[in-house]
Amino acid sequence: MEKKQKRLYTRIVILAVLVAAIAYTVYNTAHKDDVQLLKIGDNAPDFSLVDLNGETHKLSDYKGQGVLLNFWGTWCKPCKKEMPAINNQYKQFKNQGVQILGINIAQSNLEVSSYADKLGVEFPIAIDKTKSVMRAYNVDPLPTTVLIDKDGKIVKIITGEMTETDIEKYLKSIKP
Amino acid sequence: MKSITCECGHVNPEGTHLCEKCGRPLTDEDKKQKIVDMKYEGRAIRSKTYNKSIIDKIWNFFSSVKVGVSIIVITLIAAAIGTFLPQVIYVNVTEGEDIKQAYVDNYGTFGKIYYNLGLTDIYSSWWFQTLIGMLAISIIVASLDRGIPLYKSLKNQRVRRHESFMKRQRIFGEREMTSAEADKTLDLTEKKMKELKYNVRREDGVLLAEKGRFARSGPYVNHLGLIIFLFGVMLRLMPGFYVDEDLWIREGETASIPGMEGYYLHSNKFTFETYKKDEQKEEFNQSKAAVNSVAKNYQTDVVLYKAKDNAVAGDTTDLKQVLHHAIKVNEPLKYDGFALYQMDFRLNELKAMNFNLVNKKTGKSLGEVNINLADPKKVYNLDKQTKVELKGYYPTFSGFEDGEPQSESPVPNNPAFIFKMYTPETPKGETSFVAIKQTLEPLGETKYKMQFANIETRNVSGLTIRKDKTLPILALGGIIFMIGVVMGSYWSHRRLWLQKTVDGRLMMAAHTNKNWFSMKKDLDTVTEFAHLPNWVDQQDDDDLKKKQEKEKEGDNTL
Repeated sequence: MEKKQKRLYTRIVILAVLVAAIAYTVYNTAHKDDVQLLKIGDNAPDFSLVDLNGETHKLSDYKGQGVLLNFWGTWCKPCKKEMPAINNQYKQFKNQGVQILGINIAQSNLEVSSYADKLGVEFPIAIDKTKSVMRAYNVDPLPTTVLIDKDGKIVKIITGEMTETDIEKYLKSIKP
Repeated sequence: MKSITCECGHVNPEGTHLCEKCGRPLTDEDKKQKIVDMKYEGRAIRSKTYNKSIIDKIWNFFSSVKVGVSIIVITLIAAAIGTFLPQVIYVNVTEGEDIKQAYVDNYGTFGKIYYNLGLTDIYSSWWFQTLIGMLAISIIVASLDRGIPLYKSLKNQRVRRHESFMKRQRIFGEREMTSAEADKTLDLTEKKMKELKYNVRREDGVLLAEKGRFARSGPYVNHLGLIIFLFGVMLRLMPGFYVDEDLWIREGETASIPGMEGYYLHSNKFTFETYKKDEQKEEFNQSKAAVNSVAKNYQTDVVLYKAKDNAVAGDTTDLKQVLHHAIKVNEPLKYDGFALYQMDFRLNELKAMNFNLVNKKTGKSLGEVNINLADPKKVYNLDKQTKVELKGYYPTFSGFEDGEPQSESPVPNNPAFIFKMYTPETPKGETSFVAIKQTLEPLGETKYKMQFANIETRNVSGLTIRKDKTLPILALGGIIFMIGVVMGSYWSHRRLWLQKTVDGRLMMAAHTNKNWFSMKKDLDTVTEFAHLPNWVDQQDDDDLKKKQEKEKEGDNTL
């Protein structure tokens, strides 16, 4: 009888290990694409980029402030639509401990600066020439907006166009 | 638990066919048979012995060979269906295009159904992975259930077997003999069988010669290899074990390498070479005139850079050059566990455009402007009073919207420009919109124009970045798998039993799990040498035709 008990336990252990392995595999395959993607609550990967005015923006320097990162490109229509709204809200929030940084994906200075001039963008815009920040944040569709709180944690990731009301709400949520 | 007590007194578990101790057939069915079934040495398959709790029931389900084979068949069918149309990772989808739409466009209604059923990413589907997992469970459980009893049985096998066991072996023979004669025969047999590299065990009046027992573990070793292989594949999902990324890089560009944090790649040049006519073999040249020339080389000359320690993303100051390499097909750049392969290319992407500032009337040029499309300048000065201002640049001009030129991509596929030209004659400047085969003068007719002169192009390399730490595990699994196959295929487990009976006979019986022909050759040798009884193949008598068939297939009895 003891032998039988032992065998039962062995079987339970073996089956449990195998079922766990399958569950792990299935789960991870289903989430393969966002395994590397950042999740809400993760620490935002640090980066440093130089903006159009030659100023360096290092994310870790903004600890204690909320940060909105907006990844965009000049060819992307929804980016263009939300840009003025972001700019409006930037004016409201810039003195309230919230930073906004536009990150262009590897375009030429001329394109980016003439675009920004035309739209009258006031918040700093940096060009991610090597796409390394884009890859660190695993940005795929544009626009993508990442909200980071004062502790450097990711609060929200928005893919697609935002309305001005959305932006206001988001900026409020990361206000320190 | 029910049990079967043999006439010899040994208590066998339920489901046993041949007594674990003496080999007597135990069930009525086995007793009726002329030749016993030697599968698993007649031991009870474990799953047949307990069948009470749910765990036992699940265990028994997976232990069944029928279930195992069914899982394999279903998996094969599913895998085959996955090849009807290209899987999603092999379908070229241009940016922004819907994958489903791509299937509909290429394959019509069938493509739509195929996509909707989720067959376009079949190998990543939860049910396919579950099938593979169930296959793994089946392999493990079935192997444990059969392998362990078989191992125990072979390890503990007795030299003396019951007459009924001997008689029911496929090869059997007996002859009347005096005790002294029989002992002599046993001695001679021992000598000869040892010469033939058999292990010989003897007890009082009985002999067991055995060879190649390890061949019986072939299937189990083989299964172990499979399990290790599957484990390796599973590990690919663990972060850090497996990277498979693509990178498009243009000549002269420096890009961060996806999946390879802190490293940057600069492409110096992409080369695509074809064989010249005289370099090729004759047979190639015959068809060459009609077909394309044959590719000789795809090569990207790159420099690998590493960011300084603790550098964060985007910080490209102080990049340290690691190495130069010419990436060719089958000659990847290998560094730090990563390999960069040459996979694809695009030739002749626009790199720069040259224009002449020309007086429309006289046709005289005031100078040439070279616009680097990757980094156009704001102002191009020709002399003190002559300059061209670039007011707008649209890499893929796609038309106007609200009077404004639009670009639908960042790649210079169809570049368009807004120039403002300043000359001594027109110091206030004239504006002109220039696209390919299109010139507009939105603010009035101009005296000067930007006349297209020529273009410069550059090539784009498609590289794949791979890291695979599971390869050694996969290789190990593969090697073990092959060892198992070889063990089970090229060796056979042969046994010869001799027994001196009290009533003055010498019985012999022999068994092998495969390759009876060689076994019989061994037996012929020893029979002649040691004057063994003449043996018969009882299956021959039975059914000659069946036997021939079995010989042909190699009878893979475990």
